[in-house]
Amino acid sequence: MRRWSAAPVAVLACMGAAFAAESPDCAVAAHLAVADYPLPRVAAAIDRVRQLDVLVMGAGSSTLAGPGGTDLAYPARLEAILAKQWPGVKTKVVTNVKSRRSAAEMEESFEKILIEQKPALVIWQSGTVDAITGVDPEEYRATLNEGVEALQAGGADVVLMNMQYSPRTESMIAIHAYADNMRLVSQQREVPLFDRFAIMRHWSELGTFDLYAATKKLEMAARIHDCIAQLLADLVHDGVKLSRDQPKAIQ
Amino acid sequence: MAPATPAQRDLRLDLFRGLALWLIFLDHIPSNVVSWGTIRNFGFSDAAEIFIFISGYTAAFVYGRAMLERGFIIAGARILKRAWQIYVAHMFLFVIYMAEIAYVSSSFENPLYHEEMGIFDFLKQPDVTLIQALMLKFKPVNMDVLPLYIALLLGFPPILWLLQKQATLALAASALLYALTWHFGWNLAAYPSGSWWFNPFAWQLLFVLGAWCALGGAERIGRFIRSPIVVALAIAYLVFALAIVMTWHFSSLAAYVPKWLGEAMYPIDKVNLDVLRIAHFLALAAIIVRFVHPSWPGLHSVWLRPAILCGQHSLEVFCLGIFLSFAGHFVFNEVSDAVYMQVLVSALGIAIMCAAAALMSWYKTIEGRSPGSRSKPPDADLAGGEA
Repeated sequence: MRRWSAAPVAVLACMGAAFAAESPDCAVAAHLAVADYPLPRVAAAIDRVRQLDVLVMGAGSSTLAGPGGTDLAYPARLEAILAKQWPGVKTKVVTNVKSRRSAAEMEESFEKILIEQKPALVIWQSGTVDAITGVDPEEYRATLNEGVEALQAGGADVVLMNMQYSPRTESMIAIHAYADNMRLVSQQREVPLFDRFAIMRHWSELGTFDLYAATKKLEMAARIHDCIAQLLADLVHDGVKLSRDQPKAIQ
Repeated sequence: MAPATPAQRDLRLDLFRGLALWLIFLDHIPSNVVSWGTIRNFGFSDAAEIFIFISGYTAAFVYGRAMLERGFIIAGARILKRAWQIYVAHMFLFVIYMAEIAYVSSSFENPLYHEEMGIFDFLKQPDVTLIQALMLKFKPVNMDVLPLYIALLLGFPPILWLLQKQATLALAASALLYALTWHFGWNLAAYPSGSWWFNPFAWQLLFVLGAWCALGGAERIGRFIRSPIVVALAIAYLVFALAIVMTWHFSSLAAYVPKWLGEAMYPIDKVNLDVLRIAHFLALAAIIVRFVHPSWPGLHSVWLRPAILCGQHSLEVFCLGIFLSFAGHFVFNEVSDAVYMQVLVSALGIAIMCAAAALMSWYKTIEGRSPGSRSKPPDADLAGGEA
């Protein structure tokens, strides 16, 4: 039974967290974290300014509650990994994360943020809240479209991030229409999609993580966030490489 | 047992509605390997189109006769009674859904899923949630088909009347409503936000088309549908849809879809019943009409009997299927979601649906034979499947 398997998993998670950075587990999903489109503004920021400002715009799943949660969540981990990946580049990841926030609510604040923070890359996580509240999928797509347009016009590259794979609530939250729309926007606007759903489902299928486990502890969540950060860094790296290989004028 | 119906009863309707009910059940279990074999993974349309079209067909077949024999008021009253039955069935399913999320909310905790736990907020304010559900505004996942069916039946009496007087005009009016819906973006509001997942103003087109076919339309266009050109076009379109859908499953293939085609085609809108979906359903229907003849002896074989039985008790079997898909997901959560388990749960679910359908047929036979029963039950149920 699922419930009984939680304890050994928690122990494993504790062990895993200690050497999470070297954990090879995440890599099994590496083929799902590939940038299909270049990130020219990020490449320019790294090559010309030697400074990379990243903004993570998201809802509850872009952070971890509890003591020290913020430092264990993927934005903070991403900052550490990116800094290692590009030594000599001043890397900073800022978060703008509030739970229960829809894509439209996030989109409203883009203009102000672009002026104030001027990020070269915005990682925009959304979808679950919209699915729970039943926002019209058409409207959701329009919001993503407008948001991506505004961010690009404001000088930022965008990576869209979709929902987490949550097997226990899968029959209760209809996320697929939203995930499909996000994929569509990614293709039409030619911005990379970080397919968190597919990645986590792959981990679940291979037994990398037991996503059914019920626990109050942060260990497993921290490991998963670390893995997400690693794959996200791979994707950003990919996107930068793509734009160096096929340089394209920034409009 | 074959229902006591006139000879023209088309068993193909029951067969394909039964199959659609199985597919709906399989598709509603999330992350089920067996659902990879359902038609939505091979084309644009899915079981919902089949279900709604055949429901329109049988509704016209059953209530159309009642309207001719006993007039508008009696037939209209019966249609409304049917809508009420479906409403009650929907509320019953809603209670089961609430029980499921209440159970999961009390047994599941993981800081990773803080955001997903938002779904349990509905439990915190039952005063609002329950009332919105009673008004068919709050519709949990996978519980959208019955409200659509209710809405379609509520609007059906005048449409049926018009179909009998001026069939072509009725169909044209339905198409006009569909077009206006797309143009103006009409839909019914949902709770807590957004609108209906199956827009009744758009989906009515398929329901009315089914009704139109039942009232002589099928005969009128029969020769055209069976013509080699139409069949060839249908096959070509099905192959095209299959190729496009494959690019969704294998993203490496997506590059082969020309950009202009993607821009013209996407998004393929299920909420408003995209034209591409209708075309896909019609192509499927044309192939079936061409290759499965109503007098095909296979329709009376033992092997197809389970599906036909399910199709003849569609409301009960539909509800049971939704319940079983909840239950199946519950088993995945609590016991195992190994592949053998997914296959087992899927097969067992279909077996239970068939057993229930057989049981209901049996009930109907004993009720029909018992002395002192109503002279001739005029209900939709007995006229060969339900409306």
